[in-house]
Amino acid sequence: MGTVSTNEFKSGLKVMLDGDPCSIVENEFVKPGKGQAFSRVKIRNLKNGRIIERTFKSGDTLEAADVIDVEMQYLYNDGQHWYFMNPENFEQIGADAPAVEDVMKWLKAEDVCMITLWNGVPLAVTPPNTVILKVTETDPGLRGDTSGGGGKPATLETGAVVRVPLFVEIGDLLKVNTRTGEYLSRSKA
Amino acid sequence: MKAAVLQHEWRPSATFEKLRLRARLLANVRRFFAEREVLEVETPLLYPATVTDPLLHSFATRYTGPGAPAGRTLYLQTSPEFAMKRLLAAGSGPIYQLGKAFRDGEAGRRHNPEFTLLEWYRPGFTLAELMAEVDALVRQIVGASLALGSTQYLSYADAFIRYVGINPHTASVSALRQCATQHGITPPPGLTDEMRDGWLDLLLTHLIEPQLGRPYDTLAPLFLFDYPPSQAALARIRPGNPAVAERFELYIQGLELANGYHELGDAAEQRRRFEADRVTRQAAGLSVSPLDERLLAALEAGLPACCGVALGMDRLIMLVAGVSTIDDITAFPLAYL
Repeated sequence: MGTVSTNEFKSGLKVMLDGDPCSIVENEFVKPGKGQAFSRVKIRNLKNGRIIERTFKSGDTLEAADVIDVEMQYLYNDGQHWYFMNPENFEQIGADAPAVEDVMKWLKAEDVCMITLWNGVPLAVTPPNTVILKVTETDPGLRGDTSGGGGKPATLETGAVVRVPLFVEIGDLLKVNTRTGEYLSRSKA
Repeated sequence: MKAAVLQHEWRPSATFEKLRLRARLLANVRRFFAEREVLEVETPLLYPATVTDPLLHSFATRYTGPGAPAGRTLYLQTSPEFAMKRLLAAGSGPIYQLGKAFRDGEAGRRHNPEFTLLEWYRPGFTLAELMAEVDALVRQIVGASLALGSTQYLSYADAFIRYVGINPHTASVSALRQCATQHGITPPPGLTDEMRDGWLDLLLTHLIEPQLGRPYDTLAPLFLFDYPPSQAALARIRPGNPAVAERFELYIQGLELANGYHELGDAAEQRRRFEADRVTRQAAGLSVSPLDERLLAALEAGLPACCGVALGMDRLIMLVAGVSTIDDITAFPLAYL
């Protein structure tokens, strides 16, 4: 992949740091008028999502990381791997549990997700911002209550549990925000 | 992403409100010096010699034509210091210059490769008198918009002792490295043990500067003074234990605004520093410009005892405008070119 110097640092740049693929979140040029120039960066470790701060002397280099984002369709899982397909060439790829850990409860077959690949291996999976999922379990609905006040838990077809208004019933299709885990609305589709 | 968005942007980066503020502040600066009978001068931005400081990078260009048929390398000045000192030696008296300066390799929230510098010289002033005048100027320019607390003075050594508990004049490089690590800074890979001043700069920029000129959440000018002799540049060194460079920097709200010297007038010492810088630059593979023999001749003829200071106007404007990036007060910064 080659190396990148501090002059090439910008947010979104993927680099190797301490053996892990990382993405630069923020880069600040710091220099006393008559002194040494530094790049002060915030970097996200793409394996564990943690953000750390590092400083580089102007001219320092890092190894570039072969990290790309690809849109792929979720197919199914066998408990060990979560399989995705590239809709353009029908290539299939299996992501392991650490890559889907935080999002597996939002994965529904045929939904298109963003897969972050490092050297061709899935590092992370980002589901769509909103998904539509069927309610498989919840307490009986209360007729007449459409205010949305109060609320109750509902289990969705993927196993996710979200807080829903009292009128929601088993079999309803719900639109849910995957970033916040919040119920948005009932859905016809 | 930003670059792509900006690709076809032809409008200015700064709002007209900010550009009007800039014009007003520049006019205020000229009024300040007119009232004090300091002469405004214009010296060449293109000059055959340039700063030798290994941490400053000049743009080089070439003039070819009448007067230089074979072409002559000229440098865009990182500050108008050399030519202004020739004026001083020729008997100009107090002078100031408000104009563009250029530094290669510098762009960021507080840097643009082309920026506006206010530089002035005061024959007969002590460094304390010049600091007082810088303070008066800043209060006149900024004071109308912002309430400033009382001015503070802190030596470079006391700043290090107060904020990171280390003596910058005596600490070893390994102690400086350890100090950085203890404060959660992973040492930059390229910072070697030979770069003692680089380690001081690391601690200064990361741990000390953010604290300077913001006591109790108010804004107040803070002068940092008595720098290590290794950071003297063109300042006199005052012998003592430790010896210190007679140099100051002004900070407000963690923002470095000005750099002043009790100017070195000793031609032989100046030549020695130029030569030492040139050796360092050569070893680092940096460009080496010719010695400015006309400046050295001026110093030999006699530079009046004087103090001088350069103030970053853009940063002062940023402060008054209440913005954190230079792009907000510059019509067309680098990303808009």
